[in-house]
Amino acid sequence: MRNILSIFWREYKSYFVSPVAYVVIGVFVFLVANRFMYKFADPTEGFIQVTFQSISDALSRQETMPKFSINDFVIRYIFQQIRSISLFLLPMITMRLFAEERKSGTLELLLTSPVTITQLVLGKFLAGFALFFTMILPTGLFYFFLFKYGNPDLGPILTSYLGTVLYGAAVISVGLLISSLTENQIIAGALTFGAFLFLWIIGRISESTYTVWGKVASYVSVTTHFDNFAMGIVDSRDVLFYLSFAFLGLFLTYQAIASLRWR
Amino acid sequence: MIQVDNLTKRYGTFLAVDRISFRLRKGEILGFLGPNGAGKTTTMRITTGYLSATDGLIKVAGHDVFTEPLKVKEKIGYLPENPPLYREMRVRDYLVFCALIRGLTRYRTRRKRLEYVIERCALGDVQNRHIHKLSKGYRQRVGLAQALIHNPPILILDEPSAGLDPHQIIEVRQLIRQLAGEHSILLSTHILPEASLTCDRVLIINKGRILAEDSTERLTGKLKRNERVSLLFHGGPSDLDKRLTGLPGIIKVSEAKVEPKGKETPRRLDIEYEVGKDRRGDLARTVVESGASLLELRPQAMTLEEIFIRITTQTEA
Repeated sequence: MRNILSIFWREYKSYFVSPVAYVVIGVFVFLVANRFMYKFADPTEGFIQVTFQSISDALSRQETMPKFSINDFVIRYIFQQIRSISLFLLPMITMRLFAEERKSGTLELLLTSPVTITQLVLGKFLAGFALFFTMILPTGLFYFFLFKYGNPDLGPILTSYLGTVLYGAAVISVGLLISSLTENQIIAGALTFGAFLFLWIIGRISESTYTVWGKVASYVSVTTHFDNFAMGIVDSRDVLFYLSFAFLGLFLTYQAIASLRWR
Repeated sequence: MIQVDNLTKRYGTFLAVDRISFRLRKGEILGFLGPNGAGKTTTMRITTGYLSATDGLIKVAGHDVFTEPLKVKEKIGYLPENPPLYREMRVRDYLVFCALIRGLTRYRTRRKRLEYVIERCALGDVQNRHIHKLSKGYRQRVGLAQALIHNPPILILDEPSAGLDPHQIIEVRQLIRQLAGEHSILLSTHILPEASLTCDRVLIINKGRILAEDSTERLTGKLKRNERVSLLFHGGPSDLDKRLTGLPGIIKVSEAKVEPKGKETPRRLDIEYEVGKDRRGDLARTVVESGASLLELRPQAMTLEEIFIRITTQTEA
């Protein structure tokens, strides 16, 4: 257990020594903020405008006041953006986790020390996951402002964060696996990005086709299992899905590292 | 402390290590001597559990590397050929990390060992510097420090003086000699004087096989065929070399090139004579009686270089 924490902490700290952490977090928060401002305050399409528009329309037509769910409009959209943007940025976080160790020879240090491969894999995973968590944290500020000036639903926000965190765990485990397969960070990054894109495509298939493939895709897609969380529902099937996905990624990473002994 | 029996390692069809067997006894310094590609690094990597053997048995401090790798790794301090350093860390932080993953959980023990290795490896001046800013010599010392930090009974050092300048090489060798006794050391090198100066015993390896194993003096003794001396003198008759060849027991006299120096360039003759009787007195007398001025008469011991080349070419022949 101690070893897991040592490895985690060393890796997490080293993210912040190089520009990696700052750039990734900065870009992420900037993009999400940009999306938030657009969805909320854009003069033609933003929430404020749309609300006023339809209220004034309803008044002029003497209809009943329409109800507005800021949740559906802004909050869901933002969480969707968080998932999409992290799909692009997470390869940057995970690509160095094992590839750098292999390249610089420090993996030899770790594998000749009394550290089990499990501890190594978990430590690395936790570091990537913690960085992802650090990246997500500032988005809470947006919702904080919504609360200050409005009355959104807390429930869906909390469950959406839970879903995002589980989603992150699953996706990071894939990135970790790919990083453990190569010494070259660029290759790891590109392959991870391709893998994530593939996951996203599966999600799209599940949305668009109504054939049997659509159903199959929806069972394995990382994106469909999020929907319940967005609505405020925590379904154990979704939680288990993400946890199993993450476990599979970590298990395969373990095998990849263990197989290095038999070069 | 280390017991290796019939260790074999195959990379596909290439046989890197071919049934190597040896023992590392407690407190001794054992040297692996061999050209690059001989199998030294592979053997060390298998002993530390980094690689797996294709065949054979390796026991470190009584634990089998294959079945009890963690116990083995607790007892070993390993310095690979390229020290495994995290470039972005500071020296102290790096050493603390190494201490932690070797099981030094208590703060006070860790702190004490940290101060000890920093002092022993002379890292005091750079302990707060980032590793990527260090010179090669300092990096090597940090590598050595991480091998020592958990006070392992066994040290495995792969080319410990690689890339160091002569000063640093001497320091590292001194350090290694000081560590023997308390630690059992296995080191590998292709620098021959290092093997003869630092190690108690030497294993000569080539192409995955052990060619010779013995203490350095005995090895030199076994392989010496002839005694050799070198003569430097002024003047004398021009056929002095033929006169010397005529002496009893002399096998070969060859003239060596000498740098021309001022008025009278001296001559140098390299003389080989049979092992047994000391012919130096006869040589000196002949030179002086011929009228030449004897400037220098010194023995040319068979260096480890020559032994090494002789052994490795013998097997190939």
